[in-house]
Amino acid sequence: MARPSILRRTIATPLILSALLMAFALVAWFAGSRPFNQTVIDIFLQVVFVVGLYTFVGNSGVISFGHIAFACLGGYVAAWTTIKPMMKGMAMPGLPDWLMQLEIPFWAAALAGGGFAAFWALVFGAVLMRLSGIAASIATFAMLAMVNSIYSNWSSVTAATSSVVGIPIIRTIWPYLIAAILAVFIAWAFSISRYGLALRAARDEPTAAAASGVNITRMRLIAFVISGAIMGAGGALYAHSIGLVTPDTFYLGLTFTTLSMLVVGGIGSLSGAVLGVLILSSLIQGLRWLEAGVQVGTSTIALPGGVQEIALGVVMIAILMFRPAGIMGNSELTGRRARTEKPGQPGTN
Amino acid sequence: MGGLMQVVFDALSLGSLYALGALGIALIFGVMRLVNFAHGDVIAFSVFALLWPSVDAVAIIFAGNLPWFLLIPFTLLVGAGLSVLSEMVVFRRFRHANPATMMIASFALGFVIRYFLLMLFSSRPKSISLLPGLSQPVELLGARIPLLQLITILVTIGVLIGLTAFLRRTRFGLEMRAAAENFTMARMLGVRANRVIMGAFALSGALAAAVALILGSQTGTANIMMGASVMLMAFIATVIGGMGSLAGAVIAGFALGTIATVMQVILPPDARAFRDAFVYGAVILVLILRPQGLLAGRGTKERV
Repeated sequence: MARPSILRRTIATPLILSALLMAFALVAWFAGSRPFNQTVIDIFLQVVFVVGLYTFVGNSGVISFGHIAFACLGGYVAAWTTIKPMMKGMAMPGLPDWLMQLEIPFWAAALAGGGFAAFWALVFGAVLMRLSGIAASIATFAMLAMVNSIYSNWSSVTAATSSVVGIPIIRTIWPYLIAAILAVFIAWAFSISRYGLALRAARDEPTAAAASGVNITRMRLIAFVISGAIMGAGGALYAHSIGLVTPDTFYLGLTFTTLSMLVVGGIGSLSGAVLGVLILSSLIQGLRWLEAGVQVGTSTIALPGGVQEIALGVVMIAILMFRPAGIMGNSELTGRRARTEKPGQPGTN
Repeated sequence: MGGLMQVVFDALSLGSLYALGALGIALIFGVMRLVNFAHGDVIAFSVFALLWPSVDAVAIIFAGNLPWFLLIPFTLLVGAGLSVLSEMVVFRRFRHANPATMMIASFALGFVIRYFLLMLFSSRPKSISLLPGLSQPVELLGARIPLLQLITILVTIGVLIGLTAFLRRTRFGLEMRAAAENFTMARMLGVRANRVIMGAFALSGALAAAVALILGSQTGTANIMMGASVMLMAFIATVIGGMGSLAGAVIAGFALGTIATVMQVILPPDARAFRDAFVYGAVILVLILRPQGLLAGRGTKERV
């Protein structure tokens, strides 16, 4: 009896969020301008990343600085599987033969990227999920640095720090829209599944949850693998959106943007994850536009480079100060009147 | 013999760097449970404070031209000042926030500092010559090592002795240790929270500046990302050492330096580029065996 009711009670959230994303896509489609198109693609990719991060961080309450590592794994899978074999041979001569000859469509590469990232999430997670709290967060940071260090140095299969070019570029927004909506539905399905519920119980009351038979380590591992898969697929699509990958594309900068969007929207809320992306992306676009220079009368006024990140950091700190649970708190968009329960803070474990 | 001593000195000097960094992080964690991700950017800021803002590849040395007996205190003051400022402007408002929130806030602050530097200096690394007299080699126990390496080790030992004396012998040190042990209780017994926390931030900032001076003279470059790798190793050292345990942080810092140097020697040449990846891997192994760290700090255990 409980299951169908929770499904019916919460199905509105992913539907509303998908409608919101679709509205963005339609605006982009009608506007029809190339730069705006690219912006909307970036937003959808960011939705995939932030929702992927939310799937783990939101449900488990463990802050992860390492999820962009999975995007890196996925991005390079796209490079390995979709670049024309001839170009691959020059940039990455160390690839095994079967991979060298492989040339698959982009959606298959995204699935493969997700699978590859999920596998490594399982391996890393089996180790990391035994830690908790701050030690776990720092260990995820070490994981990010480890992946970055390997991909920056293993020149025969990743071309080291130079960019790997020649990944087929997909310019239409629809695949990215579908990916973002799929990510939202996967995250929603996980959070109402028995595993997601058990994990959130463990986040809020670890002792009580453990006493009720919740295997916290195992629940966290499941969330880690699912979110790793979403990040991996997102990384592969990211590679297809710009046509090249470098290890530093997927490092601290992207980690910072992704984390700040989740924090601003609300760590414990799926709606917060999506809204955080939409709000901060608009802010970033506005600042990028100002950094490029605005014509005022006869002179061009341009902000110096770096203002965008500084503003992002300041917004993030301000949100943490005045509304630590983020814009959405722990609540979701349900289409009904806001519930009266107080937005609590996500746990620290 | 000479070769072995070379490795020993390399390990000690790299370990010193990590230990100083770890100490700066552990000090702040001890008094307010803040994992300070901005520490690495305080390191970078301290180096750039010696330069005049410009986006050229060649650095315009400004305060860096001071003689060494002024240069060193100046840099230490800059580090301490920035650190105290970040406490007053940002972290003071997070006193009652949970550690995860503070950690994210410090991550954001680090980015603000880094991109502030980027705005003034661009992201290109700049070559600087800081304390150039220190690069000449000296002969010691059959090994030829740069004078700087020797000084790094000696300075670290000096700092450790000084800090121990400060924490054990002075009233302020006593208050700080009391605060690290049980902050609420210490306040009830008359320890002034603001003073102790600002003291911890000032010390931590000065330690960051010391790391900055060593790094700057060692590499001869100023780079807005220069603090990041030391900071990561320092973090790892504090986690392995047991969060909040100062002695543990120092020991773990030296242990990491030793592991990294030994790996540099024993790994086959092809694999040397992956040294850091191996070190991170080793760290994760240690954490599985001892999730609380080698010397678990008090008050960090999960209470039921």
